[in-house]
Amino acid sequence: MAGYILKRLLSAIPVILGITVIVFLIMAMIPGDPATAILGSYATPENVEKLNRDLGLDKPLAQRYVIWLGNMLTGDFGRSFSLNRPVLDEILDRFSATLILAGTAFVLCSLIGILAGAISAARQYSLADKAITFVVLIGISVPSFFLGMMMILLFAVKLRWLPVSGMYAIYGGGDLPDLLAHLAMPALALAAVATGVVARLSRSAMLEVLRQDYIRTARAKGVPEGRVVYGHALRAAMVSIIPVLGIQAGFVLSGAVYIEMVFQWPGVGRMLVDAILKRDILLVQGGVVFVSACYVLFNIAVDVAQGLLDPRIKT
Amino acid sequence: MTAFLRLLFRNRLAALGAAVLALILALVILAPLLPLPDPDATATAERFARPFSPGHLLGTDHLGRDLLARLVHGTRMSLAIGLAAALAAAVLGSAIGIVAGYAGGRTDNIIMRAIDMLMAFPYILLALAIVAALGPGLLNALIAVAAVNIPFFARNIRGITVGLAGREFIDAARLAGMGHGRIILSELLPNVLPVIVIGVSTTVGWMILETAGLSFLGLGSQPPQADLGSMLGEARAALITAPHTSVVPGLMIFLIVMSINLLGDGVRDALDPRLKSGALSRPRATTRVDRKGPVPDAPAKGLLDLQSLETQFHVGPRVYRAVNQVSLHVGRGECLGIIGESGSGKSVTALSVTGLVASPPGVVTGGAVRYEGEDLLGMPYGRLRAIRGEKIAYIFQDPLATLHPLYRIGAQMAEAIQVHHRVGAKEAEGRALELLRAVRIPNPESRLRNYPHEMSGGMRQRVGIAMALANDPEVLIADEPTTALDVTVQAQILALLDELRRERGLAIVFITHDFGVVAQLCDRVAVMYAGRIVEQGPTAEILARPAHPYTARLIACVPELGGGKRELAAIPGLPPVVDKLPPGCAFAPRCDRARPDCRAGEIALAGSGRHDVRCLHPEVTP
Ligand code: SF4
Repeated sequence: MAGYILKRLLSAIPVILGITVIVFLIMAMIPGDPATAILGSYATPENVEKLNRDLGLDKPLAQRYVIWLGNMLTGDFGRSFSLNRPVLDEILDRFSATLILAGTAFVLCSLIGILAGAISAARQYSLADKAITFVVLIGISVPSFFLGMMMILLFAVKLRWLPVSGMYAIYGGGDLPDLLAHLAMPALALAAVATGVVARLSRSAMLEVLRQDYIRTARAKGVPEGRVVYGHALRAAMVSIIPVLGIQAGFVLSGAVYIEMVFQWPGVGRMLVDAILKRDILLVQGGVVFVSACYVLFNIAVDVAQGLLDPRIKT
Repeated sequence: MTAFLRLLFRNRLAALGAAVLALILALVILAPLLPLPDPDATATAERFARPFSPGHLLGTDHLGRDLLARLVHGTRMSLAIGLAAALAAAVLGSAIGIVAGYAGGRTDNIIMRAIDMLMAFPYILLALAIVAALGPGLLNALIAVAAVNIPFFARNIRGITVGLAGREFIDAARLAGMGHGRIILSELLPNVLPVIVIGVSTTVGWMILETAGLSFLGLGSQPPQADLGSMLGEARAALITAPHTSVVPGLMIFLIVMSINLLGDGVRDALDPRLKSGALSRPRATTRVDRKGPVPDAPAKGLLDLQSLETQFHVGPRVYRAVNQVSLHVGRGECLGIIGESGSGKSVTALSVTGLVASPPGVVTGGAVRYEGEDLLGMPYGRLRAIRGEKIAYIFQDPLATLHPLYRIGAQMAEAIQVHHRVGAKEAEGRALELLRAVRIPNPESRLRNYPHEMSGGMRQRVGIAMALANDPEVLIADEPTTALDVTVQAQILALLDELRRERGLAIVFITHDFGVVAQLCDRVAVMYAGRIVEQGPTAEILARPAHPYTARLIACVPELGGGKRELAAIPGLPPVVDKLPPGCAFAPRCDRARPDCRAGEIALAGSGRHDVRCLHPEVTP
């Protein structure tokens, strides 16, 4: 197993390098002088020249890429001009907030989605199945940012159960219950779409598996139906559900950008949008590379989980 | 096409989606003709007018602009942008996919590597990077969303192209001297076009949502130009004081995306033939029993007694009569063979005994199955479950498919015991070990920790047998347990079963298509054809003097009794499909003794009761 993990980790290196190349090439598309683009139109000529020197912007493209990559490897993602602090510091500060939000939403969508899908399949065509199918359809059709806004109207404004936005109360907050109260709505809104997708897929994976011969064997052995469905079948269905969870993690991470905007959540997504609007290119570049690399690593964890679950995969 | 549309609209949800979408499209197309105020005309005096205010059906926004007019124009913009993004992604992605698939080799490899890299991003980060480079704006948002979706098309289309590129007509075109460009355009493109169209229809909703999302973030359309996303984004500041300004565009996005989703699901279902056959419905815990006639209550003849059993498959309007009026019995220590070609109904008969026929589509429509005199068919689930595996156990044909792939052998065997008896894990494992020894598996201790895929076919089948024996059942039903195995292993397994029968007094029902196997093991044999028993009697007698022409042919197919596996293909013709049975003898089309009266009407199973045959002109009279 350790060898397998190592092998998968090594395979991530070219992917992450590819990501840096793509981001670099996209940023090279910026029209006009890159230093001016990075510093904004009110940059002084001295600053432009200094940046040109620091980033090697006067050098050819390939050389610039190597310099940029080398800097990142030493932890130097450049300096954000709009925040006037190192890009990496800002990303690390923001990333934990995103991780809490996206992580909670991911756990929610996995648990609820798989459970709803399994129930839906186990009681196909029942009222429960129809209800779940209906909710799922709404879940995957409603834009998460709109859902978030409607939740604010209902739970924060009308019912006054939950705070409108932010991560902690400004006065007297900061403890876990405070965090959970702030987290509840954005996490649910973010999880909605992915939950729908996971539930749908789990349902069809379960229906597929329930047709298999080994399910008939379990019944022939006299295994109680509940255990046939939620034991034998669900376990086998997980083999096709887990890869989808990996893909959904990407969608949750993506959706977090909208949700962070709606709920004023101090995460990377909001940072990126602000940075784009302020044309803070280095911050965007660093944020995209950092988060994408984390996502690649997460997908390796998914692969490893799959290897643990399915003995037929050679580890 | 019309059949497809009819199928599509029979799906009520898909029809609803289509209707809503048509309504929205009509609204958008007719927008210039509608008497709407200028969507950009501001009137600060009338800010945040509520819906249904005079002159403003949906109210006004923070600049006093008419919301209805803005909604119609915003919808128009969002639809146009989403569709444009989908088309752009489809054209570019498909072009990349076709070129990669057609070129193959290194070009393909490099292109697909690059595509994989693009897919490694969480999609929005890629879109944000592109918008960051190009600057916010509706066109740039469109480019970003299209770019992010290119890999989806490239991958799908490449896969199909690779399949097509190897086909003869492409080679023919090449030999005819067509250039690569022409081959791609005139030979490949028409073939992949349907897939591209389906791809566009399934992604367009998504792209509308994504472009609206970027506009919502302020990265797409810039004021005063508005799409649904930017309307929602601008309204967010007044969410609490004037919620209607948010609800109106938000609901519209929701309606558009949902109607496209509904329609897309409908299209997918209509195109997926598996749904029609009922293959995707969940099989129930037991076969559905819906007996048309009274339950036969003849006294039981053996330990297990099938009385006029009828099992059918109901697929749509078609009824397949898989098992038709089958009566069989088997006593303690006895071995009954059921023989027939595939499709003769022998396996369905076996599975009907404890309600294991997948249902839907299977339905037991008549008869009774008595175990120790008690009818299993009408039994509540709990009692039937207690009999399954405890009193009546099964051995199935292909143990790779019939053992759970993700559980260890030991766990599967222990489970077979623990679902019927309160024993600890240690004890169950000890018992499993004993059973593996009993079926002569070498190194049973280490085998317990194996997964099914780690064993050979013969070993797996022994595990299957050991598991069936776990609770010392009274009846063992073996459904072609040796078909997948080679001759030596087959002989060993048959010997093992025979020994178990003698030692434990097991009643065995042995299903096979091989008379050689029947001769070795079975006391009595029943021959099935097209769902019915056509002959039954003591094995030795039937082997020596087969009465039914079909039986005679089956026996003639066995060159030497006790040999390996053989196919029954030596009999000319195919067994009939059991939904359109001809009147009279089902074997008549393949029978060379057939006379006109054979096709006239029902033929009864007749004889001494010890040896019966269903034939008007038998080879011998039993
Ligand atoms: S009934 Fe007639 S057709 Fe049928 S098997 Fe006998 S002889 Fe042949």
